Amino acid sequence: MNTPRLSRREFLQGSALVVGFSFAGIPAARAQAFMGASTHTLDLGELDAFLAVRKDGSVVVYSGKVDLGTGHRIAMRQMVAEELSLSAADVYRIELIEGDTALTPDQGATAGSTGVMRGGVQLRQAAATAREALLALGAAKLQRPANELTLEEGMVGAAGGPKVSIAELAGDRPFNVKLNPKAPLKDPKRYSIVGRSMPRPDIPAKATGRHVYVHDFTLPGMLHGRVVRPAAVGASLLAVDAASVKHIPGAEVVVVGNFLGVVADNEWAAVRAARELKARWSEGKGLVGHENLAAWARRGPFARDEVIQNKGSTAALADGNPRTQRATYAWPVQSHGSIGPSCAVADVRADRATIWTASQATHRYQPALARVVGLPRDKLRMIYLDGAGCYGMNGHDDASADAALLSKATGRPVRVQWTRADELGWDPKGPPQLLEMRAALDEGNRIAAWEADMWVPLATANLAHVPLLGPADAGIAQPAGQSVGLVSQNADPSTPVANLKVTAHWLADAPLRPSNIRAPGKVANCFAVESMIDQLAAAAKMDPLAFRLRDVTDPRGMEVLKRCAALIGWTPRPSPAATARNAGGKARGRGIAYIHYKHNETYVAVAMDVEVDRASGAIQVLQIACAHDCGLMINPDAVRNQVEGNILQTLSRALHERTTFDTQRVTSVDWASYPILRFSDVPALRIELIQRVDQPPLGAGEAASAPVPAALANAIFDATGARLLEVPFVPALVLAGMKAAPLAAG
Amino acid sequence: MASYNLLVNGKRQSVESWDPAQPLLYLLRNELKLHGAKFGCGLGQCGSCTVLIDDSPARACQVTVSAAVGRRITTIEGLGSPEKPHLVQAAFIAEQAAQCGYCTNGMVMSAVALLRGTPRPSIDQSKAALDGNLCRCGSHDRVLRAVQRAAGTPVEKS
Repeated sequence: MNTPRLSRREFLQGSALVVGFSFAGIPAARAQAFMGASTHTLDLGELDAFLAVRKDGSVVVYSGKVDLGTGHRIAMRQMVAEELSLSAADVYRIELIEGDTALTPDQGATAGSTGVMRGGVQLRQAAATAREALLALGAAKLQRPANELTLEEGMVGAAGGPKVSIAELAGDRPFNVKLNPKAPLKDPKRYSIVGRSMPRPDIPAKATGRHVYVHDFTLPGMLHGRVVRPAAVGASLLAVDAASVKHIPGAEVVVVGNFLGVVADNEWAAVRAARELKARWSEGKGLVGHENLAAWARRGPFARDEVIQNKGSTAALADGNPRTQRATYAWPVQSHGSIGPSCAVADVRADRATIWTASQATHRYQPALARVVGLPRDKLRMIYLDGAGCYGMNGHDDASADAALLSKATGRPVRVQWTRADELGWDPKGPPQLLEMRAALDEGNRIAAWEADMWVPLATANLAHVPLLGPADAGIAQPAGQSVGLVSQNADPSTPVANLKVTAHWLADAPLRPSNIRAPGKVANCFAVESMIDQLAAAAKMDPLAFRLRDVTDPRGMEVLKRCAALIGWTPRPSPAATARNAGGKARGRGIAYIHYKHNETYVAVAMDVEVDRASGAIQVLQIACAHDCGLMINPDAVRNQVEGNILQTLSRALHERTTFDTQRVTSVDWASYPILRFSDVPALRIELIQRVDQPPLGAGEAASAPVPAALANAIFDATGARLLEVPFVPALVLAGMKAAPLAAG
Repeated sequence: MASYNLLVNGKRQSVESWDPAQPLLYLLRNELKLHGAKFGCGLGQCGSCTVLIDDSPARACQVTVSAAVGRRITTIEGLGSPEKPHLVQAAFIAEQAAQCGYCTNGMVMSAVALLRGTPRPSIDQSKAALDGNLCRCGSHDRVLRAVQRAAGTPVEKS
């Protein structure tokens, strides 16, 4: 075997020291999992990569996908338990190991709302393979044909006949069986675990302050580190005055090229040293500035133009057609805005290293971090621990690199936690998007033609990973390019349009380092598309719901629209409301939006009632309704939690959020300059989830985000006649919109 | 290095601090190993580090160790445990009122303080009491339900 990889036993032994002093529940529990296990594989084609049975009959699951606060931890267990016909109580006995490069197979990053849809489905197939294997082992043991045997609650046997436990058949022994992609799955009609709202196992510890986040993880002899980020994006370090922190006990300065950090035994000492350290930096590379984003997007430089969709003829949009609507929509740069600043702990030794990280992709970042610590990939182990919710790549991978650089420089384990300003200033950002929509109605008020143009940063093909800040400053080459996610999807209506053209003007660069942010691109795209649908309905003087229902052909799409309308008590009438012409006081309105996510995943309709203060322009959302169909729901309450989160987080993004920056640096670096949703903004939520046990499970982590801004904009249009084309919908924008609206008072 | 006598979760504790202005949060987390209170902003803007001081919610990132001497400090660990949760913690568990859970400490502590003064708050009173606690995952609706449940006035799910 020439694969440079340690066996699980070797890792167990290597980490035995860690077991002794770490938090109960993490490495200790992990250690138990490998007692007796020797040469486990991480090969995605092997059952043993995903699943093992312990001597006591409990099950261990190795998941490359992690729980980012989204409920995977219960859903994955339920999927596995169902195929193995475990009892409900045994669901909680499953040990789930997540995102550990030494122990879990590389199932890809936990991103794109694919945790259950891809990762969970893979684990389910592993469990089905294990069921087959256990039946075969039982057949040999009991001397009966496998097809006469069943597996129930950890026992293999025939009705009325002798039984043998899975512990006896496979306890602490590898299966040595290939993953069978065709292993038969349980008939959904017989589900007793999947489809139940079983409580999440992590919440009792989270509600009582006992849950161990990466922020809480400590090692003996560990130093606290802080990074002093450059004074401007792209600035070089000119001089450091180490004496400026001499008064702080134990504070040491670390300089590696342009990478500047401090460490101390005491965390507060590290905090103060980072604040008080005097350093001189060059000017930055020169940023576009948030106020110039639209001009920048039109100007380029561009990587290329790409016609993404082209069918029929859009000749109906020819200049002069009075039945054409056009509008340009702008989405700002936004931060992931994690409540806990990014954090990581690294222990870099001469011959090996370990990084505890909240990364969404430990396997992907392992080679990058191995270069940082200067060791072969197989000598670096990365272990996922929960961070604060990230909703895409926040600073977690940068923090891993920061901790690794400081640990390597000091020879001690180092914990790095970012400041609030680091997180809002330096996390890779959701990229800006500019969209132009043109659509024409025919004589019968149907959509005759549709054209969309988008100006958005291009995702570099085959980019190994997002370039990391610390290593780049330290002179360790980072991949040239940028990552934004699949941003061009859903820039066309979710309903069929015969004459359609969608063009992407791919920008070669981004104003600030970008990364994927929840429902990448699709939030802005759906904002533009579903706002334009509303404009067409208004031009046709048709009820916006009826306009959509007329065009939707997919029965599942039709159903979410109808259920959503029923939830909010939709009254059919054209927008804007008759009262939109009134002066003074509060304007009330309602709006709706719909998406078939990526055109082949989850169906969502969102509607809302809003109130706009005509004098101040302040928006109060009174009620939001959502109907949601993500196919088979493994755990409906966990899905509901995600849907609520999608709605409220995107309401926050639409109402409040915009990263501001000048030519040098980000200027929205605290919760005053980068405000997010507060309790006083929170409307009543009415959510209906459609369970479809006969359908594959689809993602629930993103889709419900997408229709929120359009439903809000459409409700504001209904209330006031103001068509908002730019996020965030701050009061000044609403006032300007009302002034410009053709229906403005007077 | 000076010693400070703190009263934390009913126990007298002596902690050392080289700086009298060191925020209580770091001493709770690093010296007393009470990790429930979380660093979120260090600016008193987000509420993740909320503890009770003499029964009132306080931002542990803004209270210096010297100012904490002689006060009654309660952290989330002092309320209950996973096995024996406090009424408010039990309500958060029953409502599954968390996603990532990083802000949950502050939500629970602010809710406990609210219910001490206002045993049966309206939804609007709950919103006002929690307005300084930020949540990024969007668990707000569940948090409000948990408060109502803890107050003995649970809301039906719509």
